[in-house]
Amino acid sequence: MTLPTYPLPNERGRFGRFGGRYVPETLIPALEELNAAYAAAKVDPEFLNEFHSILREYVGRPSRLYFAKNLTERLGGAKIYFKREDLNHTGAHKINNTVGQVLLAKRMGKKRIIAETGAGQHGVATATACALFGLECIVYQGEEDVRRQSLNVFRMKLLGAEVRPVSSGTKTLKDATNEAIRDWVTNVRETFYVLGSVVGPHPYPAMVRDFQSVIGEETKAQLLEVEGREIPDALVACVGGGSNAIGLFAPFAYLDPTIRPRLIGVEAAGHGVESGLHAASVAGGKVGVLHGSMMYLLYDDNGQIQPAHSISAGLDYPGIGPEHSFYAETRVAEYVPATDTEALEGFKLLSECEGIIPALETAHAVAYLRKLAPEMGKDKIIVVNLSGRGDKDVNEAMRILGDLEGKGESND
Amino acid sequence: MTTRIQEAFDHAKFENRAAFIGYLPAGYPTRDSFLEHAKVLLESADLLEIGLPYSDPLGDGPTIQRASEVSLLGGMTVEGTFEQARALRAITEKPLLIMTYYNPILATGEESFIASAVEAGVDGLILPDLPPDEADTLIPLANTAGLKLTFLLAPTSTADRIKLVTDNCTGFVYAVSVTGVTGARAIVPTEVPDLVSRIKAISDKPVAVGFGVADAKTAHGIAQVADGVVVGSVLVTMAGRGESLHAKAQEILEGCRR
Repeated sequence: MTLPTYPLPNERGRFGRFGGRYVPETLIPALEELNAAYAAAKVDPEFLNEFHSILREYVGRPSRLYFAKNLTERLGGAKIYFKREDLNHTGAHKINNTVGQVLLAKRMGKKRIIAETGAGQHGVATATACALFGLECIVYQGEEDVRRQSLNVFRMKLLGAEVRPVSSGTKTLKDATNEAIRDWVTNVRETFYVLGSVVGPHPYPAMVRDFQSVIGEETKAQLLEVEGREIPDALVACVGGGSNAIGLFAPFAYLDPTIRPRLIGVEAAGHGVESGLHAASVAGGKVGVLHGSMMYLLYDDNGQIQPAHSISAGLDYPGIGPEHSFYAETRVAEYVPATDTEALEGFKLLSECEGIIPALETAHAVAYLRKLAPEMGKDKIIVVNLSGRGDKDVNEAMRILGDLEGKGESND
Repeated sequence: MTTRIQEAFDHAKFENRAAFIGYLPAGYPTRDSFLEHAKVLLESADLLEIGLPYSDPLGDGPTIQRASEVSLLGGMTVEGTFEQARALRAITEKPLLIMTYYNPILATGEESFIASAVEAGVDGLILPDLPPDEADTLIPLANTAGLKLTFLLAPTSTADRIKLVTDNCTGFVYAVSVTGVTGARAIVPTEVPDLVSRIKAISDKPVAVGFGVADAKTAHGIAQVADGVVVGSVLVTMAGRGESLHAKAQEILEGCRR
């Protein structure tokens, strides 16, 4: 068992002009230490065996590649497969990365783990890995998300983690990440920061991608088995920071353009990109720097970061990771928007049609299928990353869908 | 040509003390009161750092975070920050520095930001989230324009990093007193003497120490080893309450004596 090797980033952590290390100097030695430790672990059979053994025995990998017959028939076009990351332990793809990073933390002798979380899936996955390895775990979460995702807050506490609500700025994932970085700057010597997405300073975007690449690697093998070919015609995934999408895309992204499938990242368009209330960094952003990395980002003429808006806490982030930014600029991948309303329709569609309640994040990818699948021939194959299950969103969806249909409890 | 920054450090050294560098965020709590507080501060301080308020100041503690929010809510902009500097330049010959995160520079355009800073009479920039490794376009532009750059060092900095950072600092070197963010602290930072001596072993540029300095006693401790003492959060708190900075600034200045 190995971890994949990719041509990017370069040694300075750059994907083209994106990426880098825009952080306080205090953290530079820690990032260099992390980079060296990760490079060593990546080629150490003992580390790799333990990582893959946990993925198999504890996470429950490989996750299924499920042919969605009903949805395929309903949309009347390309064959739709779902990569069932929702069936992983803890209910999302996030655990692939957290077991990798927490194993690395253990190897580096770090006893104190910190993490940021939006929807709470990364926080839960980090708390889970820390419970498994007996490490102290502190999770920063925006106050707004603590409210929206109370079930996950309880889960994290149950797993022994301390959840620290963040009340600064927009009180969401961006500010939770600021606070986690401030903690790391302060306690850098004994602390390992488990970052949950393909963002942040080098080597995080590369390391998180490598751990998540198991999604795309398994897809190749599974598709070969059922369809007789490794490469589908299109890959679809929702994108906030972009970890589930990179896990599916990266194993295909560096293929020769003549055989590369379409890679389609679905950004959260909130109330619509033109409304200004969205989280679509490629569609509505510019090249900027946040959380240590150069990437597509939402900010105003003065460089002030603009609040993202999305119905899904996990996509409610004003930037998209540097590798995605590179894919977007070089047209390796396409990035398309799906609004809150479209996501809710996707949420209902997959529930009714396949008996699978997706996370609201994932529902954005499902929503785009309604446009994509009918445009593609019936001999074509689409693989969608079903990045997480929707249990955590049921309360929030009930509140909103109930209102839409006039059956919900009124707030006024 | 001797610069204002070098002169300020030379002058303090001549008086057998460390230079006192005060920090205030532009537009806080309002544009007018910033100018009033800055004028009072400049009666004692040798250099003034003007914070350019930013939405995501990840190197700053709660005091400066909140002040930045207030200032931004009050409509402060990049151009507004330069206006504040320009107004001070009209009444002082002391060095004015802008402390800013990188994204506002990127948004303005590096060349344009530097040109505006020079035009406003700013002497240098302090860059808390831009290590020299990522400043390969900014450094030559600033050097050509005569704008001085200060990068930061921290207790975790290795010999290689100290070499890289001091080589690229053209104003002075900013040593962070502790691993952590800005904010007044009661404790005396114990890692300062070691860090400053490691810097001084390979560089003869002035070294100023900041983060957590809030009183004369801490300033005095730092003044024994460093060329400058930076004081920020405690002044920001007082400015926010509308208190005069006169007595506090005098106290810090006294603390800077060796």
